[in-house]
Amino acid sequence: MRRTVTTTVAVLLGLGLAGCGSSSPSASTTASAGASAGSTVSGDITVLAAASLTESFTTLGKQFEAAHPGVKVTLSFGASSALATQITSGAPADVFASASAKNMDAVVSAGDATSPMTFANNVMEIAVPPSNPGRVTGVESLAGSGVKTALCQEQVPCGATAAKVFTNAGVTVTPVTLEPDVKSVLSKVTLGEVDAGLVYVTDVRAAGDKVTGIEIPADVNASTSYPIATLSKAPNAATAQAFVDYVLSAEGSTVLTAAGFQKP
Amino acid sequence: MLVPALVGVAFLVVPLLGLLVRAPWSDAWSILRQSQAAEALRLSLWTSSLATVIALVLGVPLAWLLARSSFPGLRVVRALVTLPLVLPPVVGGVALLLAFGRNGFIGRWLDAWFGVTIPFSPAAVVMAETFVAMPFLVVTVEGALRAANRGYEDAAATLGAGRLTVFRRVTLPMVAPSLAAGAVLCWARALGEFGATITFAGSFPGRTQTMPIAVYYALETDPDAAILLSLVLLLVSVAILVALRDRWLRGGSV
Repeated sequence: MRRTVTTTVAVLLGLGLAGCGSSSPSASTTASAGASAGSTVSGDITVLAAASLTESFTTLGKQFEAAHPGVKVTLSFGASSALATQITSGAPADVFASASAKNMDAVVSAGDATSPMTFANNVMEIAVPPSNPGRVTGVESLAGSGVKTALCQEQVPCGATAAKVFTNAGVTVTPVTLEPDVKSVLSKVTLGEVDAGLVYVTDVRAAGDKVTGIEIPADVNASTSYPIATLSKAPNAATAQAFVDYVLSAEGSTVLTAAGFQKP
Repeated sequence: MLVPALVGVAFLVVPLLGLLVRAPWSDAWSILRQSQAAEALRLSLWTSSLATVIALVLGVPLAWLLARSSFPGLRVVRALVTLPLVLPPVVGGVALLLAFGRNGFIGRWLDAWFGVTIPFSPAAVVMAETFVAMPFLVVTVEGALRAANRGYEDAAATLGAGRLTVFRRVTLPMVAPSLAAGAVLCWARALGEFGATITFAGSFPGRTQTMPIAVYYALETDPDAAILLSLVLLLVSVAILVALRDRWLRGGSV
């Protein structure tokens, strides 16, 4: 039933006729009220999470489902900025996990979330194809025009953090492409189309032996923090809160640390 | 009949009205100037025009081959050359990357022999646009060639005209309206190309960031700019389609 409402809202949004669906918000409010009244964790939730959380949140989602039979976690990954825009445009979702405070702040100031909690930090690393065709040894190597570098565009967290790294290192890097999110930077490296990409430590680890990571010294490196929050218009608020609690719990922290995230 | 037709019109037009209603008209100029609109539009216009020229040079002979010859496997060839019409553009982009990318089976040799790498260059934008848009031209022109009266071609040949002369003086003028229509369709499709371009050419302002990609990025960070960029693209497309619609209809072939 809730699923039908969600789907209907999505379809209406898709048709650009969201204004006509004025009855849907009240329908979802009723649904979430019903869920909280029972205070049981059940039903479906939709989690919008930063692309860099793809592996760890997939694991967390599966573990959460296993701990709560009958619950289904639907995950949608993308650039934090794109997800924030989706949320403030009324996309129906229960939880938002952002790769930067900035995109979470946008959602909070739009009134779509309150009191986000930071659950992880992430630092940057240079990813190169295993053969290292550009003979990259550090951030300085990227400054030359000879090395083809892929970066995130600056409006997404991985791009903003990369820019901080270059400022810290005092180098100017002209990339060949500015990608929409960190995973597309990684895929251009994995395909060997670029000599280097600036991604998170966690992405290098997730890619296994498909890329080689070149560490950035701590005094030059920059980090980004990951806030998570339940959304004010969450169709399933009780389960959403339970999922957020799970991410913040010791079990959640274990998964995140294993993926390479740092504790906040 | 009338009601569903009107609903159809509304469905296609209402979203476009959405752009007009939400557009931040008062700050339009300053937002557009701050965005990379001019750069992106210039890149989009010249790459899609070049893609159309390439499509004409390669696509017209291809259409002629498909319409005028018969050989085993012709139907397979026709299906293959129109495949990009139905293929998701992003799949086209992946395919281009795997063929012409630095590790692609052709791109590898271009890199080794000439030091040329195609991805992330304006050439990649043109290739992606041509790949996606050329079938529109081929299909349109082939249809016209099939419908054209071959008696004139035969008569010209009987009177001693060579094959090239017949093609240039008889066949081409007969299909000219469809050729124009096909070229416009091809150009418009190239102008709107997104998926193959972002996959194969990436995105870098001024070099590979076309209008549709600029819109996509702007939507993530500055929705007002995205709306205005969309309107600019819409305006350019409508202007071209309206300007050419007359010739197109008079030809009566589309």
